[in-house]
Amino acid sequence: MNQLSLFGLLGLVIRRDLLLAMRRRADVLTTLVFFVMVVSLFPLGVGPEPEMLRKMAAGVVWVAALLASMLSLARMFSADYLDGTLEQMLLVPQSLSVLVLGKIVAHWMLSGLPLVLMAPVLGLQFGMSFQGLWVLVIVLLLGTPVLSMIGAIGAALTLGLRGGGVLVSLLVLPLCIPVLIFGTGAVDAVNTGMSITPHVALLGAMFLLALVFSPWVTAQALRISME
Amino acid sequence: MAINWFKYAAPATFYGLAGKMIPYFAWPAAILFAAGIYIGFFVAPTDAVQSEAYRIIFIHVPVSILSMFIYLVMAGYAALGLIFNTRLSSMMATALAPTGALFAFVALWTGALWGKPMWGAWWVWDARLTSELILLFLYLGFIALQASIDDPRRADRAGALLAIVGSVNVPIIYFSVKWWNTLHQGSTIKFSDTSMHIAMKQALFVMLAACWLYVIAVTLVRVRSIILERERNTQWVSELEEIRAGEQL
Amino acid sequence: MNWAEFFAMKGYGLYVWGSYGMVLSVFVIEIMLVRHKRKITLQQLRLMRDAGDSQ
Repeated sequence: MNQLSLFGLLGLVIRRDLLLAMRRRADVLTTLVFFVMVVSLFPLGVGPEPEMLRKMAAGVVWVAALLASMLSLARMFSADYLDGTLEQMLLVPQSLSVLVLGKIVAHWMLSGLPLVLMAPVLGLQFGMSFQGLWVLVIVLLLGTPVLSMIGAIGAALTLGLRGGGVLVSLLVLPLCIPVLIFGTGAVDAVNTGMSITPHVALLGAMFLLALVFSPWVTAQALRISME
Repeated sequence: MAINWFKYAAPATFYGLAGKMIPYFAWPAAILFAAGIYIGFFVAPTDAVQSEAYRIIFIHVPVSILSMFIYLVMAGYAALGLIFNTRLSSMMATALAPTGALFAFVALWTGALWGKPMWGAWWVWDARLTSELILLFLYLGFIALQASIDDPRRADRAGALLAIVGSVNVPIIYFSVKWWNTLHQGSTIKFSDTSMHIAMKQALFVMLAACWLYVIAVTLVRVRSIILERERNTQWVSELEEIRAGEQL
Repeated sequence: MNWAEFFAMKGYGLYVWGSYGMVLSVFVIEIMLVRHKRKITLQQLRLMRDAGDSQ
């Protein structure tokens, strides 16, 4: 284990988490189904008028993505926490931040990526334009990792606590609002013929910021929760 | 002043000091509130644009400013507690949170009541009001997190981490909301002329000072209860006058 | 000083007094809660001490 490089550790953790998740495929699918259901609820609630649906499409998809991500966050650490693996992970000689980054990547691949792939289909349901759909996929691709990264901090802080998914959501949702604002803003921009560059640039900046800080902060949160 | 500040970092010493300080904050707060309201209602003139409704600002503005200030102070104390492992710092953070949340709520309430006559709607998704709402969520998150952790040390440190992450995020959130709002046609607050009447400024300043003193007084009372609870197994607590004599307050 | 006019606040009375009224209520409630918490804490500490003494 000591011979393992940081990238090697990253790969190992990602492979492990993906393998474990494949054994419990239902978890991954429930997140996706939830996402689809929430998006479908909105037209049922507000009426099928096409112009209105087109306007709210980006917002609805984003809010649903937020909620679906929140739901799946508890899973990031809970399984390892319950069977004692997490305790061992805190003891590895390599950087805990890298290990956490691996878990975040795996989590995103299992809950964020399916949403990104599903979004165009749902966008069509709302009558979004082709450019709109294209931009939506780009911003979701940039934004859902940020949701996973910020969410990881919340998941680490609430390890083993009663209150579960709702508490994590309460903590994490306010912090995700900027991602929501610029994610939907980009789609609005392309629909009104304005440039999406500022939005995508800001999302990119948030992505990089989260990438740099979140694994380390999450590692600290894990240490706090596990003492 | 060559005071040994670290002496007061011990809960036992601070408990006594806080108890003595409370009246020196509570009474001036009450007096300043009275003075502020007098100036605000009887000295400041009617605004040409906003008529009498503008008088709400004498409570809305101080409360809003303080709700943000309290969050930063709370995060600061929490960070101190996390870095230096001082229990009292964390207790102060926990003590500040409820007051901060209440102030955020009041800021929203008064903001809505000011918005209705001014812009015709109870809620206008103004950048500042929306950020205030998010601030309230941040407070509630902090309180909820600490409430759901039984171990006090874990609660202190988890809360501290959350508060620090929150404070870093507040400027980002404010900027995003501001941008979002200007895109969606926000309204701006205008007075009849760009400079405010001197009495208005005076009233604002006095009310701000009053609220600030109030916050300190209430927080000191609250932190004393927290200290008692957390230090209940120590000797100095069991030897306290209040417990031996059966004090009512 | 015409008090009726004062309370009407040129028609904005509801908003102005609704604001100040809420603030006053919040302050009063907060003070009550804080004092109540202290009272309860002291009571519990006395119970603890009594339980300890009787052992």
